[in-house]
Amino acid sequence: MPLLSVEDLRVHFHTRAGVYRAVNGVGFHLNPGETLGIVGESGSGKTVTCLSLLRLLPAPPARVESGSALLGGVDLLRCPQKQLRSIRGRRIAMIFQDPMTSLNPHLTIGAQLAEPLRIHEKISAADARDRAVAMLRAVGINDAARRLNAHPHEFSGGMRQRVMIAMALITNPELLVADEPTTALDVTVQAQILELIRQLQAERRMAVLFITHDLGVISRLCDRTLVMYAGRVLETAPTRSLFQNPLHPYTRALQRSIPALQPKGRPLHTIPGSPPDLSREIPGCPFAPRCEHAREHCRVAPAPLRQVVGDDARAHACLRAHAGEI
Amino acid sequence: MTAPPLFFFTLNASAPVPQPILQVRGLKTHFPVRKGFLLQRQTAVVRALDGVSLDLHAGEVLGIVGESGCGKSTLARTLMRLTPQTAGEILLDGNPLAPDRHPRAMQMVFQDPYASLNPRHTVFDTLAEPLAVHRVVPREKIPARVGELLARVGLSPRHVKKYPHEFSGGQRQRVAIARALALEPRILIADEPVSALDVSIQAQLINLFADLVAQRGLALIFISHDLSVVKHISRKIAVMYLGKIVETGPADAIIGHPRHPYTRALVSAIPTIGGNTPRILLPGDPPSPLNPPAGCPFHPRCPFAAEPCRARIPQLAPDADGRLLSCLRAADLPAAL
Repeated sequence: MPLLSVEDLRVHFHTRAGVYRAVNGVGFHLNPGETLGIVGESGSGKTVTCLSLLRLLPAPPARVESGSALLGGVDLLRCPQKQLRSIRGRRIAMIFQDPMTSLNPHLTIGAQLAEPLRIHEKISAADARDRAVAMLRAVGINDAARRLNAHPHEFSGGMRQRVMIAMALITNPELLVADEPTTALDVTVQAQILELIRQLQAERRMAVLFITHDLGVISRLCDRTLVMYAGRVLETAPTRSLFQNPLHPYTRALQRSIPALQPKGRPLHTIPGSPPDLSREIPGCPFAPRCEHAREHCRVAPAPLRQVVGDDARAHACLRAHAGEI
Repeated sequence: MTAPPLFFFTLNASAPVPQPILQVRGLKTHFPVRKGFLLQRQTAVVRALDGVSLDLHAGEVLGIVGESGCGKSTLARTLMRLTPQTAGEILLDGNPLAPDRHPRAMQMVFQDPYASLNPRHTVFDTLAEPLAVHRVVPREKIPARVGELLARVGLSPRHVKKYPHEFSGGQRQRVAIARALALEPRILIADEPVSALDVSIQAQLINLFADLVAQRGLALIFISHDLSVVKHISRKIAVMYLGKIVETGPADAIIGHPRHPYTRALVSAIPTIGGNTPRILLPGDPPSPLNPPAGCPFHPRCPFAAEPCRARIPQLAPDADGRLLSCLRAADLPAAL
């Protein structure tokens, strides 16, 4: 039984300039203890998907047009605010890209760490403090008891991201949503944080929804991966098979344009053109205008995400690949 | 060794070694830290760049990698004379460059094309200005030259009337490159030119840089925090840590057989298909250049650090295969990653 199942999620932004279909029919499920990666370029809808699950999008302009997101029988998209508040921060926690702006500069680290405990659990101040110290130790911060009285500006970027992770995990959530948590960090610090997330997840049997634009990070951390483009899921597969044998032309093109995976000295593969304008209705496959394999019917016929025949774990949305033409 | 690919401009090995187009000797840039309002006492010095030497030949790509605070951007800005140097020498074609000279032969592309283009200038204004100021071509030939510049960076001439906000990030960076090329530089310094862009757009721009080097014999200094990008385009690589170069040499050698413990950690972070390569985890954060550790600046994070590393500052010295390495334990390091 999946921990979280999202079905046919559509989130549109109603602006003066028109309707932007930021998320347009996304569905996935996440099992307890599993790490699911969502990868996509900017504007692919990966962040909007996650923010809408936690109802953190400003509405208006954002509006959830359809879909459901069930967490243990509760539809996160429609449940009353009160119920949502008891879930957010307790059963689902989120960490954001920028640890500089997501901590309150006025409050001590200790006060910020204890806040989720004071809200969600009836716990004494002394107990909250003990839990905060233990959590800071668990994320690898030395001298934790003294550090509780420090303010965020006294920490480096990597340490701040550790504090964010400690804050998110202090209530033992079942699901951690991580939106590009390592993008703002240096390469060597990025490695530390990824290792920390992996280790904490294994210890706590926590599910992780990991959003990134970096296929390299995905390959190191995620069990399964969802490839998003123009608000839709184009391919989903176990990470290993996705890298070894990408089926959708977009996933292939994306993989071929990463410098690290290319032989040196030859021009990098590039994807011509740019992502489509989401304020227009796209009847067919959104990648068709940039796809080297596209035929006329790709632009007009709906291209739903369908399971690969003979491999239940994989699905993609390419009509021609399903027909065995690629 | 396989034959060098045609894609890059290569020097004939039998010809006498030509003079480097750019030589940097012991370049230092220190920033004083002042406290107080009126008296402005100097309380400390940030050694952002602390004795960097390098050579660059025509048609060569030198990749510079390092984490934030390692001084790679300060190096670019000091070379461009945007930041005053504290000590050292910059030689262009063997001639020392006076500290107040801004040579046309060196131009720069910045990281953020959103910030480095004037939002109230059309592409034509942006590209025509350097042409007119430096009288590169007669006034009446400026429109034709602007068209040529756009074609060279893969933009259509119909873009000339557009403003920066009408372009995507990748196109904007192309405009910034065209502006840098307007003065026909022989050296291009690119500071994190693709870091703000999506993967597929990054690849387009890396190809563009490689073409410019191959076709025009441009010398390129390509600065990035991302070794996987640098590795693809560079012939030589210099790895910086805390204001100093810790390892430098041919790109294939540095990537294939990194020697310095810091380079090893960076190389191990390059993604591979399957992701099975062991990743070296360094403890701690990069130290602050305001308060660098004694001895080797890398020793607090180094898995191979020994007693002498805490006291003595290592110097760049030639290693067995000709690369330069700054490690006191160079002889004792294990061979493989």
